[in-house]
Amino acid sequence: MTSPLEQKKIKITGPSVVTGNRTWDGVVIYRTSARGWSAALSDAAIVRTSDEARSLLAESVADDVGAIGAYIAPVEIKDTGEIKPGNLREHIRAAGVTIDLPVSA
Amino acid sequence: MYAYDELDRTLINERVSEFRDQVKRRLSGELTEDEFKMLRLQNGVYLQLHAYMLRVAIPYGTLSSKQLRRLAHVARRYDRGYGHFTTRQNIQFNWIKLAELPDALADLAEVGIHAMQTSGNNTRNVTSDQWAGVAPGEIEDPRIWSELLRQYTTLHPEFSFLPRKFKFAITASAHDRAAIKIHDIGLRLHRNADGETGFEVLVGGGLGRTPFIGKTIKPFVHGHDLLSYVEAILRVYNQYGRRDNIYKARIKILVHELGIEKFAKEVEEEWLQMRGSALAIDDSVIEDIRSRFAYPAYEKLPHMPDELKKAAHDPHFEAWRKNSVALHKVSGYAIVTLSLKPVGGPPGDATANQMDGLADLADKYSFGEIRVGHEQNLALPHVARRDLPALWRSLDKLGLATPNVNLVSDIIACPGLDYCSLANARSIPIAQELTRRFANHDTANLIGRLHINISGCINACGHHHVGHIGILGVEKNGEEFYQITIGGRADENAAVGTLIGPAVPYGEVADVVEDIVEAYLALRARPDELFVDTVKRLGVEPFRERVYATRQER
Amino acid sequence: MPLVKNGKITADAFVCVADDAPIPADGAILISAARFLDDPEALSRRGGPTGVIWPNNRDVDDLVPYLDRLAVVALVFPTFRDGRAYSQARLLRERYAYRGEMRATGQVLRDQFVFMLRAGFDAFEVKKASDAEAFASTSKRYSVFYQPTGDGRITALHRRMQLRHSESASQ
Repeated sequence: MTSPLEQKKIKITGPSVVTGNRTWDGVVIYRTSARGWSAALSDAAIVRTSDEARSLLAESVADDVGAIGAYIAPVEIKDTGEIKPGNLREHIRAAGVTIDLPVSA
Repeated sequence: MYAYDELDRTLINERVSEFRDQVKRRLSGELTEDEFKMLRLQNGVYLQLHAYMLRVAIPYGTLSSKQLRRLAHVARRYDRGYGHFTTRQNIQFNWIKLAELPDALADLAEVGIHAMQTSGNNTRNVTSDQWAGVAPGEIEDPRIWSELLRQYTTLHPEFSFLPRKFKFAITASAHDRAAIKIHDIGLRLHRNADGETGFEVLVGGGLGRTPFIGKTIKPFVHGHDLLSYVEAILRVYNQYGRRDNIYKARIKILVHELGIEKFAKEVEEEWLQMRGSALAIDDSVIEDIRSRFAYPAYEKLPHMPDELKKAAHDPHFEAWRKNSVALHKVSGYAIVTLSLKPVGGPPGDATANQMDGLADLADKYSFGEIRVGHEQNLALPHVARRDLPALWRSLDKLGLATPNVNLVSDIIACPGLDYCSLANARSIPIAQELTRRFANHDTANLIGRLHINISGCINACGHHHVGHIGILGVEKNGEEFYQITIGGRADENAAVGTLIGPAVPYGEVADVVEDIVEAYLALRARPDELFVDTVKRLGVEPFRERVYATRQER
Repeated sequence: MPLVKNGKITADAFVCVADDAPIPADGAILISAARFLDDPEALSRRGGPTGVIWPNNRDVDDLVPYLDRLAVVALVFPTFRDGRAYSQARLLRERYAYRGEMRATGQVLRDQFVFMLRAGFDAFEVKKASDAEAFASTSKRYSVFYQPTGDGRITALHRRMQLRHSESASQ
């Protein structure tokens, strides 16, 4: 988790979103442009400047009951407009573990 | 088995109701996450990448079949049908919801299981030898002392807000299976010249960013003085341990900065002022705890029963028996280790069905008792040797009879970047690939004892420093890379491994390990010279050459 | 910040005097450790009760010679996670037999009350009013204690031994 102090220093270099985990169950969520949260990355508000990022983050962090550990994460926007996670960690958070889950037969 | 009495149960229930109130205050917004974080950590609740994770303590690695069934129930009811056994005799549930945590804990409390102090800056689960009480040649059952320490450290009014986490491990055998030298306090039970029982106390061991092997602070502390001596160490640490830098806050740094002599002197001065206090343990207290450990009513059974002679013709059974069955202190019985390292599987994971199935087998063959070891394997501690063939067939059906205990595919691995919010790189897929590479049992047997330990970050939950081969995940420019060390070990000759060279990318780790193993096979003096002994004899250079000779171009 | 004393929210009779403010001749005051140690004799002669705010990184040994003239020792929890004052409290109560008021100050929340009571605190400057109001119920949350401290609560080990003796006596 990134502390609010470190977040102030954040400068984004490309399209980014704000993500965190939902407080009551921990599910990965993304901040939407409607000042809410969604479990789908496709719903995420995209920010492109450091100022936008900082203000989206500030609004997200203020919703302490809704989400925990909100931070700015990079994304890639495909030519089709599809939003993809910008690094392996975010890919794993969005798509789940990269291994088969042990399952009870 | 230690039987909880009404007092132990009351305390656990009181803790559950306190935590229920804390969760309620968090969900209502009365507590901010900043305020709640310390409270949830004190009860084993982390936030991981995908969800909350609950870490549940299995004190000194002993479980009853009833408790194991309850862990299966929690996996099924509140999680995704499996759990992960860790290197510290804990089990982790990876997908649990905060709102349901109090109910899960209440279910566990009914069978005397809790998650108190499985994280946070306090004294963690007291761990011990998974063969405690059944290992031949043991001084005495170290769990009696472990239980005494478990009670002493639980909700301690002075030491629940230490500079950093604090881990105890205890062994009573010459061969250390509890890795005491890499703990904040390691205790080795032994007898002095007068035949009195006491402890060699080691302090300041630990892995993480700055690994240290524990140093002996006092060669003999009488059993009667154990708690007062431990309190003296904790008090010195609580007052003088660094709080300015989280990476320098463990006791190992204080011991290192002061030097063991100066630290020992501080502790001694403190201890002399309080050794006669209410913490002095008289024999009746020890006897009371001892009396609540029930031991099975062993029968007089043959060492080589007909069932075993007959099964010896089955090479699959024999491969498993030679690998997984150890001598028991009682003739006619055996200790059976159950590998949680199937080929291609995540190390240390067990499904709810496996847990239930194993609980049934424990009832049938092991007086209802199961053990958990720091190598992320389980054990049945009291199996009649005549039952071994039948047990093996049942374990095989459950997927718990992989004959690779202590072999190259018996890998210790942390959850890594697949689950963990601290990780820089994945651990599990590396382990899975290695188990596939070394899936051939004959090859693995030829290689002999070889421990591979994998951590996904510098915090070293996968004990990479003390793996015979250690693999540490790091991140370089957004890519996963892995540093390889060799020559580490976690036993009575504990040592931190040596880096062999530059980190290698994700896709090359298994090749590099194969190269190291091939170099060892070519270099070992005799077939029974273990990998770690060859490294000790020759140093890392020949291994470094072998690995990087063909990789210099990059 | 409400003060809880004897289990109840109470008006604070002590006034905190800053290091650069004059010390009143009488009335109950709390002053810093540095100021107190500057001239403990003079402070002991003043008309009202004197208490000292003792930082958590200074050995309580320095305070020991003056314990019998202090009305309050206030120990400091700069953050929830900084637990040094628990050790200071136990040393003052159990080793040096300090009997005056021992006050917890700083980041004091309901989740620490039981630990603090057991360590010897008997007064609490509680951060949140809701926590202060919950003092009575929160401090009774636990009925079983594993460790002996100076607070006199009987430990689980000793309760077991008593039970055992009463069982064997009744047989």
